[in-house]
This record gives sequence, structure tokens and C-alpha cells, in this order.
Amino acid sequence: MKKYFIGIAIGVIFLAYSTVLRHQHSEPVVASVSMSQNNSAVKTTAPSTVGTAPSTQYKDGTYKGSVENAFYGNVQVSAVIQNGRITAVNFIQFPNENPNSIYVNQTAMPYLKQETIQAQSSKVSIVTGATLTSQAFIQSLANALSQAKQG
Amino acid sequence: MKQTELIMGMPITIEIVDRRASKYFEDLFNYFREVDSRYSTYKKDSEISQINNGLPKSKWSSEMKTVLGLCEQTRKDTFGYFNISSNGKLDPSGLVKGWAVAKAAKMLSVKRISNFYIEAGGDIQVKGKDVNNKPWTIGIRNPFNFDEIIKTITVSSAGVATSGTYIRGQHIYNPFYPETALERVKSLTVIGPDIYDADRYATAAFAMGEQGIGFIESIPAFEGYMVTADGIATYTSGFERYVNDV
Repeated sequence: MKKYFIGIAIGVIFLAYSTVLRHQHSEPVVASVSMSQNNSAVKTTAPSTVGTAPSTQYKDGTYKGSVENAFYGNVQVSAVIQNGRITAVNFIQFPNENPNSIYVNQTAMPYLKQETIQAQSSKVSIVTGATLTSQAFIQSLANALSQAKQG
Repeated sequence: MKQTELIMGMPITIEIVDRRASKYFEDLFNYFREVDSRYSTYKKDSEISQINNGLPKSKWSSEMKTVLGLCEQTRKDTFGYFNISSNGKLDPSGLVKGWAVAKAAKMLSVKRISNFYIEAGGDIQVKGKDVNNKPWTIGIRNPFNFDEIIKTITVSSAGVATSGTYIRGQHIYNPFYPETALERVKSLTVIGPDIYDADRYATAAFAMGEQGIGFIESIPAFEGYMVTADGIATYTSGFERYVNDV
């Protein structure tokens, strides 16, 4: 298990490093997430501590992203930068709960984990998935990060 | 060797790595065409359409009875969330796709073909290794951007299915609140030992909304990855063992 985490950590650091080298406007490498409007949401367990990443592309602080209109409602995020890294993405606005939805199975919830989704460039044999048009989240986050950019 | 055909309104792709396997492609695609002609609710002369137009039970094929029995069993297994009847009509398509892929995979296994994948509209059964003698890699599509992959999973023998808002429009609804759109959950991917179960559980879990991922967590040997409208992925405790991100 330990080996596995060390492996992941090394991989993440390498990915962070190579991403910074390749792109001036790179996406967040690892972000932990909390949903500010949602008390029953689980705390994140994304493997966010990976030592000091070599990235200093962002200035420390909290940056609000633009309000993006998705067809299902408004999405706005804020990005928290600490030591040049994204440490959290918080949702200031997101579409309201479906009033009829039954809340998440409380017994199973403690085992679930969360992360922000992120595009990958991996080559794969097969693809599984659904599709949808909105990019509101990505746009709002990109806006927050553009404000956090080192001058 | 890999071939794709458009059947059941979707691309069906089969790749067989084993040698001398080319003779099986035609049989498999013919099988999917048969399934389509029997279960398609879009075809007026399909058996399911005839049943929906009042064909007496005594004239139903035994395979149809089996499939509708499996649908009923799945309804019970998923606390009623998997439900094939709507406005008095039966539509078993939520089960048939995964069931047909699983059956096609079995047809190959019986012929001792042990390295292949079969994919129908995002429902996948893989077995063995790929052409480079590596486990199969499957990308989970970004529900917000069709061109992107947000997760790569590596499996040798498994079924993988994703339910969500497909190009063809929302095709799953909550049977308890049929008028309410399922908007929070954008996609839900399920990995399990075989595609038949992965597909029916993915369909039912999607209909449950956000609690769906908790339902997958509660099923032994099945893992899930759910993406909600806020761009957050929630995944089950054992999901990471399939992940090959870095």
C-alpha cells in the first residue's frame, strides 16, 4: 500500500513538473475539493500532499472564477492557491439540488472519495462515456486560475 | 483485428487479438443484428413492439421471457430504480445492450478466444490482453467535453458501462419521479466482473441520482466513478486500483 502511494506521489510530482514545463497555462495537477453550500458533502480524500511541487506559477490567495451559465444553472468556483499550488476548488454557485432526489446513501458515503475531474492525454484502447455540452465548470476554473497567474 | 458496424443505432466495435479469429466477426455482428430485430422498440415488426401492441404471452419467444424475467429480477435488485415499463409499454433496452455484449463475449470464450474486447455504445467487455500483450486501457469520457478523457482505467477481464446524458438525449429517468429531469449526475461509470451486471447497475444507479454511487459502493466486486454537474467526481473506495493516471 505504501509503495502504491509513493508511486502515485512520484508520478504526480513528475506530472506537475512536466506539465509546468510544457504549458504556461497548465491545469491544476491535484486539487482537493470541498462543497461550500453542501453540509452533507464528504470531505475530500484526494492525495493532495505530495511534498513540495516545483510549481510556482500561481500566486497564493483565493480567486473567484467567473459565473458561467450552464443550461442547468450557474456555476462559479473559487480556487485556493497555497505555496503556488491549487489546494482547493470551492463551489460558490452550482445548480440547486433536485428537490425530489433522495440524499446519498449515508452508510456508503464515508467510503466514497472525490476529486475534480481533469482532462488527460493518455492513449486508450476503448472509450466509455456519456456526453454533454456544458463547459461551465472548466471555464469558471480557467478564469479563476488566470487571475492567480504570476504577473 | 478490429471491426466496427452500426447496429442498434450505435457503433459496435469488436477487436480480437487471437490469431485466426477473423471468421468470428460476421457471426457476432449477425448476433447483434438479431438482437436488434427482436428488442428494438423503434422497429414496428420487432417482437417487443408486437408485445407492446398486444401479442399474447403464449406467443412470446422463450428468450424474450428470459430477458423480461431478468428485467424483473433487476428491478427487484435495484429497489425499483431499474424499471422497463413506461406508459404501459415495455422497453428492455436498458438491459439488452449489456446482456447482448455479455452473450457475445461468451460466444467467443466458448471458442477459446481469450484476448478481445466488445464494445456497444460505451458498454464494454474486455478479456485478456491487448495487441501489445498489455491489459486493456479504457478511457472515461469527459461528460462536459466529448473529446476528452478524464480517467484511464486498466483492466484485463472486466465489464465497464457508463450511463449518462447521451447524444441521443436523456434516456434514463427516475421511475419514482418520471417528470423530474436527472440533472445533477452527468455520468456514472461502473466496473465489474462482467458487462451484464455493470450495465444494469449503472442504469439503475444513474436513475437514483447522487445516491447512485453509494448504491455501487454497496455491491461487492463493483466499483464506480460518478461525475456531477459541478465537475466533481465521486468514486467508490476500491476504484483507485483500476486507475492508471500517471
